[in-house]
Amino acid sequence: MASYPDTSGYMIAGFIVSFLTMGLYVLSVYIRNKNLRSDLEMLESMDKPEKK
Amino acid sequence: MQSKPVALTVLDVLSVIALGVATYFALIFAPTEITMGQVQRVFYFHVGTAWVGMVGFMLAAVTGVIYLATKNMKWDRVSVAAVEVSTMFFFITIVLGSIWARPAWNTWWTWDPRLTTAAVTELIYIAYFMLRAGIEDPEKRARFGAVYTLLGGISVPITFMVIRLFRTIHPVVIGNESAAAQGGFSMAPTMVTAMLIGFAAFTIIFIDLMWHRIRLGGLQEKVEQLKLKVSV
Repeated sequence: MASYPDTSGYMIAGFIVSFLTMGLYVLSVYIRNKNLRSDLEMLESMDKPEKK
Repeated sequence: MQSKPVALTVLDVLSVIALGVATYFALIFAPTEITMGQVQRVFYFHVGTAWVGMVGFMLAAVTGVIYLATKNMKWDRVSVAAVEVSTMFFFITIVLGSIWARPAWNTWWTWDPRLTTAAVTELIYIAYFMLRAGIEDPEKRARFGAVYTLLGGISVPITFMVIRLFRTIHPVVIGNESAAAQGGFSMAPTMVTAMLIGFAAFTIIFIDLMWHRIRLGGLQEKVEQLKLKVSV
């Protein structure tokens, strides 16, 4: 059986960094979207003429 | 704000599946490379993310030109989305390269032509957001951004070609590599399959994230316009 150099730690680190970076990016898009939606809601309510 | 299209939901599901499949092919399907061992498996994500990173930067340059010709803000939104998503993917490419380099070259980083041009490319596109953040007028911001992506786009073919034109230790996957290259390996057919799966998976994920980012840009624009209207 062939013996390979033990570089598993580097491989695990590489995949963790990849998933973490993609996950954080998706989270940032979600949070920005959520904040913009609440801003939009607030601005739309300010833009509506006040009803008495 | 329009509700989320069904096609985008389908693409979200496809992206998750594609990422799972690409991970399976990289970790289980592909054989262990004999000289580098398990760390070589990051190669499939390294080339996949590099592919979408470079395609996105070129797309930003093309949409930048279209914006300059048409002055239609939707092309600016596409350009921003392409740069943002690609910068994220290209960051992964660089970090994976560095992780792979440690056991292969015995160093985390070296100022090799490929590594240097890749780092410069990433910094160019990080600076793009700093430039945009400093301009308040949306049209001026879009115009400056378009010219910037056009000039920044020059760094992409340079980064791609540098390992084919100069003496470098970075291996070449497709084509003839430099005599100084270290850490190269001959690809078994199963490795080629895993690499192609990686290309396809990251392309799907890229399109999905681009679509989300374009929609976010549309929402940002709407909020900006409404802010102006309310303040008047």
